[in-house]
Amino acid sequence: MVTATENAQLRVVVEFSGGLEMLFSDQKRHVISIPTTDENGKPVTVAYLIEYLCKNVMKDSRKELFVLDSQIRPGILVLINDADWELEGEEKYAIQNGDNILFVSTLHGG
Amino acid sequence: MGTGNETGVEALNSLIASKEQELARLKKQLVEAEGADKRASEQAQETPWRWPLKAEEYDRYGRQIILPGFGTDGQLRLRASRVLLVGAGGLGCPAAAYLAGAGIGRIGIVDGDVVEASNLHRQIAHSTSRVGVFKAESLIAHLRDLNPLVQYTAYTTHLTPQNAEEIVSQYDLVLDCTDHPTSRYLISDTCVLLEKPLVSASALRTDGQLIVLNAPVGSQGSMKGGPCYRCVFPVPPPAESLTSCGEGGVLGPAVGTMGVLQAGEAIKVLLKGKGWLESEVEDVRPSLMLFSSPLLGGVSMRTVRMRGRRKDCFACGEGSKLSLASLKDGSTDYVAFCGGKGGATVNVLEPNERISAKQYADRRTKDEHLLLDVREAEHFSVASIDGAVNVPFSRIHTAAGEKERPSWLPPTLPTDAPIYVVCRVGNDSQVVTRRLKDIGMDEGGKRVIVDIKGGMRAWKNEVDETLPFT
Ligand SMILES: [Zn+2]
Repeated sequence: MVTATENAQLRVVVEFSGGLEMLFSDQKRHVISIPTTDENGKPVTVAYLIEYLCKNVMKDSRKELFVLDSQIRPGILVLINDADWELEGEEKYAIQNGDNILFVSTLHGG
Repeated sequence: MGTGNETGVEALNSLIASKEQELARLKKQLVEAEGADKRASEQAQETPWRWPLKAEEYDRYGRQIILPGFGTDGQLRLRASRVLLVGAGGLGCPAAAYLAGAGIGRIGIVDGDVVEASNLHRQIAHSTSRVGVFKAESLIAHLRDLNPLVQYTAYTTHLTPQNAEEIVSQYDLVLDCTDHPTSRYLISDTCVLLEKPLVSASALRTDGQLIVLNAPVGSQGSMKGGPCYRCVFPVPPPAESLTSCGEGGVLGPAVGTMGVLQAGEAIKVLLKGKGWLESEVEDVRPSLMLFSSPLLGGVSMRTVRMRGRRKDCFACGEGSKLSLASLKDGSTDYVAFCGGKGGATVNVLEPNERISAKQYADRRTKDEHLLLDVREAEHFSVASIDGAVNVPFSRIHTAAGEKERPSWLPPTLPTDAPIYVVCRVGNDSQVVTRRLKDIGMDEGGKRVIVDIKGGMRAWKNEVDETLPFT
């Protein structure tokens, strides 16, 4: 179990699909560790995770394909443990250790 | 000789006698048989066919009728149903084939495109001999052969806000088998207004997605019923983030799988029947099915829970202004809503920062230069211009350290040697040209950096028509 000390980390499984993986080194699944609290001592949220991914995981310079006007780009679904993040509080959802966060780009081809 | 003749006459007489006997026996049999036939047909007229389905329907659909939960009632429901497929491509072909096979009463197909050779690896109901034929008609030719008991209607046009009501209103359920957000929003809005359930699928590269919407249908403005496409995707993706099958590629079996699953979901909705579709259920949460079959990995299917109806949904929410009239008069501009036409041309360069393919063909033999082809490696591997250096668009964007000299730049290239940038159709090349200038690769104006207008497509049209273009 992770205890809430300052050095404590949360282990999060982040997955990309629908082509978003191309922005993240062509890798669909990333297991990352993030701090339990942000710079203000608040529990980290999905918003924090998105910023973290942009800064630390995304190698592609086309940030606008992931984040637009500091919001997740329209056409990307965020799923927290296999549920639409709108059912979980969207970007305010506080991340728990072991969470699975899936970013899916909606497809339109047929 | 005389004796021989007599013996011959006797033998013939006896043969005739025996044949006459046989003839009499056959005539008697005939009379009996005719009587039996007459009685049978009289009986048949007295007791009409006692079964709800025709004999040929039992033969054809028996294997699905005996499924637990299906039964004769299920088959009758399918026979009484009318299903519309919008799109006769990679999704529509397999979806329509399974629906026709299952014995849907009436199937309508909307598609304004014609069959092309590049469709055939995935659009399995079309055929080489039908290249150039309207897809809606080609698909129906295939379906008629598969099951002549179904009624078919071809609409050789695209669905538009003007014709949507007239077409969709004649059906009970709609399958969205199209390939662009504009049609997806139009189909969903029409289904909300006409209270039709919608089975929506999509695919690209090796991935697919599937969701059942408006089921139960619920009425516009009520929170009862399943969400619509806009509830789930209220804002369309920016046009520049879209990739079509033509650019990104698509694996036939991946899009085929989605079409097959779509037919399965449609059958399931129809089997539940009108009563279920019209039931007033609050907070219906659909699930979105995500399919992935990467070339270098296994297959995965994952089902995620989606949100229900959105109170403030533009189409189905409370106070929605969307109506059949507003649809028709064009006040909902789907193309503008989705950020312009798909594959819109980019205009980031000034005319003097671009040259035509022909101009490049003239210059390439004269000056030392670098031709930078920014298509993805797969496109480049199919065919390229001699001497071109391939640095895919995505890699240019991952180049670390913006001020560093990129590793792809040949160290021997003089600082005043031009760089020509080419891509597939002339959009990415503009973005790259601008970026190379922004990071100072034009050596303060000493080096010319321009892009080739129209990309490799223009090169094929203007310079080398043998070039295989993908
Ligand atoms: Zn809605």
